[in-house]
Amino acid sequence: MPTIFAETILFALLPEISVGGWIVLTGIATNAACAVVGCFLVLRRMSLMGDAISHAVLPGLVLAFLFSGSMSILPLFVGAAAVGIVTTFLTQSLHQYARVPSDASMGVVFTSLFALGVVLVKKYVSGLHFDIACVYEGSLELVPFAEPVAGLPRPLFTTLVVLGINLVILVLFWKELKVSSFDPSLASTMGFSATAMHYLLMVMVAVTTVASFEAVGSILVVAMLIVPAATAHLLCDRLGIMIALSVAIGAASALLGYAAGVWFDTNLAGMMTVVAGGIYALAVFLSPRHGIVSAVMKNMQVSLRVLREDLLAMLYRVEELASDKPISPEQAQQAIGGGWQARWALRGLARMGQIQRSPERLTLTDAGRDAARALVRSHRLWETFLVEHLGMPLDHVHQPAHRVEHYIDQRLQQELESELSTTGQDPHGREIPK
Amino acid sequence: MTGLALSEKIMIGTALLGGMSGVIGSFAVLRGRSLVGDMLAHAALPGVCLAFLLLGTRNLLGLSLGALATGLLAVAAVTGIVRWTRTKEDAAIGIVLSTFFGAGVVLLSVIQKPGVGGNKAGLNGYLFGEPGNMLTGDLYLLAGVAFVVLMTVALFFKEFQLVCFDTDFAQSQGWPTLLLDLAIMAALALVTIVGLPIVGVILMAAMIILPAATARFWTNRLHVMLLLAGGFGIAAGLLGTQLGRNYPAGASIVLTGAAIFLFSLLFAPQRGMVSRLMTEFRLRRRIAREHLLRSLYELGESQLPELAELHLEQIVADRYWKPRTLERLLDIAVDSNWIKRTDQTIQLTPVGLRHAAELTKTHRLWELYLMQHADIAADHVDRDADEVEHLLPESLLLQLQQQLADEGRLPLIISEVPKSPHEIGTDNT
Repeated sequence: MPTIFAETILFALLPEISVGGWIVLTGIATNAACAVVGCFLVLRRMSLMGDAISHAVLPGLVLAFLFSGSMSILPLFVGAAAVGIVTTFLTQSLHQYARVPSDASMGVVFTSLFALGVVLVKKYVSGLHFDIACVYEGSLELVPFAEPVAGLPRPLFTTLVVLGINLVILVLFWKELKVSSFDPSLASTMGFSATAMHYLLMVMVAVTTVASFEAVGSILVVAMLIVPAATAHLLCDRLGIMIALSVAIGAASALLGYAAGVWFDTNLAGMMTVVAGGIYALAVFLSPRHGIVSAVMKNMQVSLRVLREDLLAMLYRVEELASDKPISPEQAQQAIGGGWQARWALRGLARMGQIQRSPERLTLTDAGRDAARALVRSHRLWETFLVEHLGMPLDHVHQPAHRVEHYIDQRLQQELESELSTTGQDPHGREIPK
Repeated sequence: MTGLALSEKIMIGTALLGGMSGVIGSFAVLRGRSLVGDMLAHAALPGVCLAFLLLGTRNLLGLSLGALATGLLAVAAVTGIVRWTRTKEDAAIGIVLSTFFGAGVVLLSVIQKPGVGGNKAGLNGYLFGEPGNMLTGDLYLLAGVAFVVLMTVALFFKEFQLVCFDTDFAQSQGWPTLLLDLAIMAALALVTIVGLPIVGVILMAAMIILPAATARFWTNRLHVMLLLAGGFGIAAGLLGTQLGRNYPAGASIVLTGAAIFLFSLLFAPQRGMVSRLMTEFRLRRRIAREHLLRSLYELGESQLPELAELHLEQIVADRYWKPRTLERLLDIAVDSNWIKRTDQTIQLTPVGLRHAAELTKTHRLWELYLMQHADIAADHVDRDADEVEHLLPESLLLQLQQQLADEGRLPLIISEVPKSPHEIGTDNT
């Protein structure tokens, strides 16, 4: 859906599709086709198979080119699919039968095939329309000038065909792909072959790669396979949403990459990759559930709450001792470790109306005293539990209780109480408050 | 070294590169980091371009430093992504590799604009490898890196070995595993980056993996593996440049390496496919032979101590042999003098009986053990007999034997068997 959305915007902006329009459309179509298969690669932890296959298809391309004598679509797809199967088969057999570590077997297979491809290019195709540099970098800029097929530039037409194929396979084999990605053994018990799905996916990768080759080149296609999918994986937890999101992210990086590439007057496919990488970096930090910023925030909130609660409990214990020596805000902050976090914790408590502060004295409000009593109750119940049920020595129970008191809610308090024989006093002889 | 011809320089250079990438690649392969070389090679591209933009010349040392900088940045990025996000290592490597390479492509097209000065020839060599550009100074750099890497490996051999095979143990012994790991990665980065201009981005990954994976077929000892991998690397470098004069050097070096790999995969002793298939074939034949002997014993057990004459159909019915398999097995058994065979009947010889009795005894002991002491259902225990005597404690074995004897199912061997042939022989004649 997002692809169509982006396209409508584009068509609205450009009544007659310009050179740039074709490039952006090709970029979006390529990204979309790649993102659909890329999601499964990322989820199956086989992202590097994308890298491997995108390099290994080179000899297949050359052979297809040699046999058919042209760069027409069908032989290329057949060659790509064949190489996809061969690469997968060789990688797996090397690992399984010759006990080569799986990453090394992948490395051996794809680099050797690639070298074979380079030699074949040199021997048979050099001088013809086959540039090795294009294999790496692609030539997105030249797309609008390619011969038209069905009114579209050929690379765009090819990618759209592959996008269509991928979507059809996705719909037809949705359940199988999903189950075999998350739980291969369940797939086997449900009666379909996880291995067959594996090969199907690898053929899809190979065909998609080949279709994208001319436009974006072998390495940048890896970016389009993996980066949007990994970004989407950071942002959501459902497969359907992940695929839709990765297509949208791919389209966005194509659009923005085109804009940036034109702005800096540089390689467009490379720029699309850099933009995709940038979006991934943003997601790493800002993803609402799995981002680093939100993780840091969550950690900080917990540690502030712990500090606030420590402060409250300390004030409660001082009150309990009935000492008339006042505790100043500075002393209190020092007692919970000092620094800006302690200052924030104190300010938070004051704002929540749990303490009253004057320059020389902190006192609990009624609300604060209730909260503190619950905490101290948790603490002392836990100490009692440790001594009674785990037989821990008296001088070893304060530390664990001090740590765990922040995570004991009312329900757990009741459970602890029902487990204990004495609930009036803790093992140190202090009263357990109600 | 100034008087060297270009072809000699290329040979020395590729041999140096092959040797050191074989050695350091062994650690990468054993450590499960085979594809880090691939990533480093790709991630070096933006560094090379940046260094070129800054320096304005193609100076191998300068460009290599640039490559090293972005390469290490890439390693750090992957480590960070794996540590702090839910992205897994494979995807992290893919993301960093392709994004860095994309940035490199962008910078490369900036460099290729007419406004940017400097000698741009040879910069493309970083992508595809161009040993023809090798200067004498580059050889010194290669030799220097090779020296540093080999000295590091020699000095820290024991530590690297420990980290490669048992990181947890190394950590528990107080070794700084992270630092050692980083040292390996840094050496890998050095080698990758000086190798780039010779073999190119993709094929540098092959230089790291191929010699090491090849050496692994030949040995189980690390120091032998390092020597072999270095040797294979040198061989690939020398042969590749010699054999593939008309082809891109990187590709022909890698294909030579792949050929050595393929040969080792097939013909290495022990770990090679041919020898593994042979071993498996022998094992299968032994098992089939033992099945035959046991069948013969069990079919004739009721008539002991007489040696029963069995019909071919009886044997076929007992085990569902395929006729051809059975014929072959019987031929072998006749050759070993275990059975006497007429057209339709088969009879164990005394020697065969003794073998068969021993096999049957072992088998029954196993069965009994599995049923009584390993909680396995009675219909699951008919496994292939193995040498139970070596696996079970003697006291248990005696107890099991006694039990079999009580049930009258203990095959009589050694003491009794040698007597029987005489009586049977006289009976039959």
